[in-house]
Amino acid sequence: MKAPTIKNDILVMLIFSAVILSMPIWLEPLGASYPDLLQKFAIFGIFAVGYNILFGLTGYLSFGHAAFLGVGSYTAVWSFKLLTMNIFPAIIFSVLLSGLFALLIGFITLRRSGIYFSILTLAFAQMFYNLAYSVLTPITNGETGLQLARTDPRVIDRLFSEAGEGLPSTDFFGLAMSGYSGFYVCAIILIVAFFISQRIFHSPFGIKLRAIKSNQTRMKYTGYSTRPYLLTAFVISGMYAGLAGGLMAATDPLAGAERMQWTASGEVVLMTILGGVGTLIGPMLGVGIIKYFENIFSALNEQGLHQAYSFMPDWLSNILVPMTSPFVGEGWHLTLGALFVFIVVFLPGGIMEGIDMIKKLFSKKSSEPDFEPIEKKTTPESGK
Amino acid sequence: MSNIILEIDNVQKSFGGLKALSDLNLKIEEGKVHAIIGPNGAGKSTMLNVCIGQLAPDSGTVTFNGENMIGKAPHEINQAGISRVFQTPEIFPDLSLLQNVMIPAFARQEGAFKMNIFRSLSNENNIQDEACQILEDIGLIEQIHSIAGSLSRGDKRRLELAMCLVQHPKLLLLDEPTAGMARHDTNKTIDLLMKIKEGGMTKIIIEHDMHVVFSVADHISVLAQGTIIASGTPDEIRGNPKVQEAYLGGAHL
Ligand SMILES: Nc1ncnc2c1ncn2[C@@H]1O[C@H](COP(=O)(O)OP(=O)(O)OP(=O)(O)O)[C@@H](O)[C@H]1O
Ligand SMILES: [Mg+2]
Repeated sequence: MKAPTIKNDILVMLIFSAVILSMPIWLEPLGASYPDLLQKFAIFGIFAVGYNILFGLTGYLSFGHAAFLGVGSYTAVWSFKLLTMNIFPAIIFSVLLSGLFALLIGFITLRRSGIYFSILTLAFAQMFYNLAYSVLTPITNGETGLQLARTDPRVIDRLFSEAGEGLPSTDFFGLAMSGYSGFYVCAIILIVAFFISQRIFHSPFGIKLRAIKSNQTRMKYTGYSTRPYLLTAFVISGMYAGLAGGLMAATDPLAGAERMQWTASGEVVLMTILGGVGTLIGPMLGVGIIKYFENIFSALNEQGLHQAYSFMPDWLSNILVPMTSPFVGEGWHLTLGALFVFIVVFLPGGIMEGIDMIKKLFSKKSSEPDFEPIEKKTTPESGK
Repeated sequence: MSNIILEIDNVQKSFGGLKALSDLNLKIEEGKVHAIIGPNGAGKSTMLNVCIGQLAPDSGTVTFNGENMIGKAPHEINQAGISRVFQTPEIFPDLSLLQNVMIPAFARQEGAFKMNIFRSLSNENNIQDEACQILEDIGLIEQIHSIAGSLSRGDKRRLELAMCLVQHPKLLLLDEPTAGMARHDTNKTIDLLMKIKEGGMTKIIIEHDMHVVFSVADHISVLAQGTIIASGTPDEIRGNPKVQEAYLGGAHL
């Protein structure tokens, strides 16, 4: 529980940046080094890192953050339609508008805590989802989703050039948002987002949020007005979600209401818990694991399973294929659900807790020789 | 006659049919240690709950430093200068001892809300030094980086006391601060309370341990069935037959 030093923070930042930026290289052997997936890692990373600022620090479990994702996406697509295909103004608007929505929703939902807060946020998100299909169709284009059209005004772009033949594509000041350059833009935004989250975690503000999670009653009798703290955290995490939503539209300029469905809100909760709630790196780990396995499992079908089991004797693979096939392809969500149950029951602190436990196991053996002198003698390598 | 810092005037509070406080009147002099004694269920904790805004009284007023406290939010009352040690320790169980003490220190320095997102906690040397000093005084300096939830009940109480002291409140409310402590720690806590007595902090202390009461109090009030039945110096209270009857069933104090 020692306070993290600035030096330590910088080191973490450097390692994080290096790991993220080199993802195309080290994910190559895992077969995950193609732009679409890499962009997903970065974008969902932003979503989860921001969500963790609310859920991880204050303990307030929002089940409606996908609404901000949706707001961000629609805003970005409108910016592409009306102004320019440059993503810069688009994501700025995404962040601002989702922040505004978060302020409004947070103001109402934060009047309650615990399960009531969760239900309220869920209700709001479902309301947005339904509105997108009904009253708001002029803005959202309903079930078809909001798309680019050749006839869009794009007033800023028009100042510089005529409308081209086909649909234009998004860019960041000339840098294409598709392919690897798109990934690098997202990755750099993720690194900045992670840096801001690290600053918040290690600021007096962050520690006060943790204190609210730990004992809100004590906070009040210690002279803090807790609601503005919670609202600030809520708005910040909403802005992160809006940024992620904006980037989703930036890499694939289409916004549909399904992005706001409760399953999308649930997914970010899952990623955060899987990695480790309230830890800096945890949510990013959760994103990596879930998106990686989603990619593999959801692409598998029965044939694929037969191939995967081809090293086994026929009779065994004939038993295993029907047993495992409900868990792949369309059934990926079943796997996800099972994984979630496993984590919550056996490792509520997520992967980060698991890593901690392993670390402790080893450091105990090396730092407490007085208690285990015999073991130390017989297994000298255990200190490593 | 010295200044009255807290005045409880005609406060009533019922829970359903139960009258927890009835016609409660109390004046606390600035800079004094005022002990409240009384049997279980007399309404002592309820009285403090009313003072810190945890409970709204049915009628009556609480005036602190000339200002009415009724209707104010708990954090406003704390910011006005009242800190409380609860009967069951209220700490931040998931944070380190150091953080537990730094948070109230921030509250005093920064007020009820401040959005200092980009300041680094490890640069807050003044607050940290101050927190360490208090933890040293209270005897918890060795465990400064352990998680508060892992402390013994007695240590949690001492930690909570440290959290209140670091705020330098004008008025400190102590609800049985030594309950659950070993004799040795009780004595240490009394010593500490005596030490800050010199600092001029006003204190209201609720205590069952007569040894503690008579060693720290300047003034004692006896609360029974929601009302003050006697008030005076320790010597006056010791000799008061009404008190002996109500509080100790006739036994000698
Ligand atoms: N929130 C509440 N709701 C209902 N009844 C309450 C509540 N708080 C206190 N009471 C009742 O009011 C009476 C006074 O309680 P209080 O806690 O003030 O007593 P006390 O003097 O602090 O006793 P102790 O020495 O046991 O701490 C008790 O009968 C208690 O049951
Ligand atoms: Mg009590």
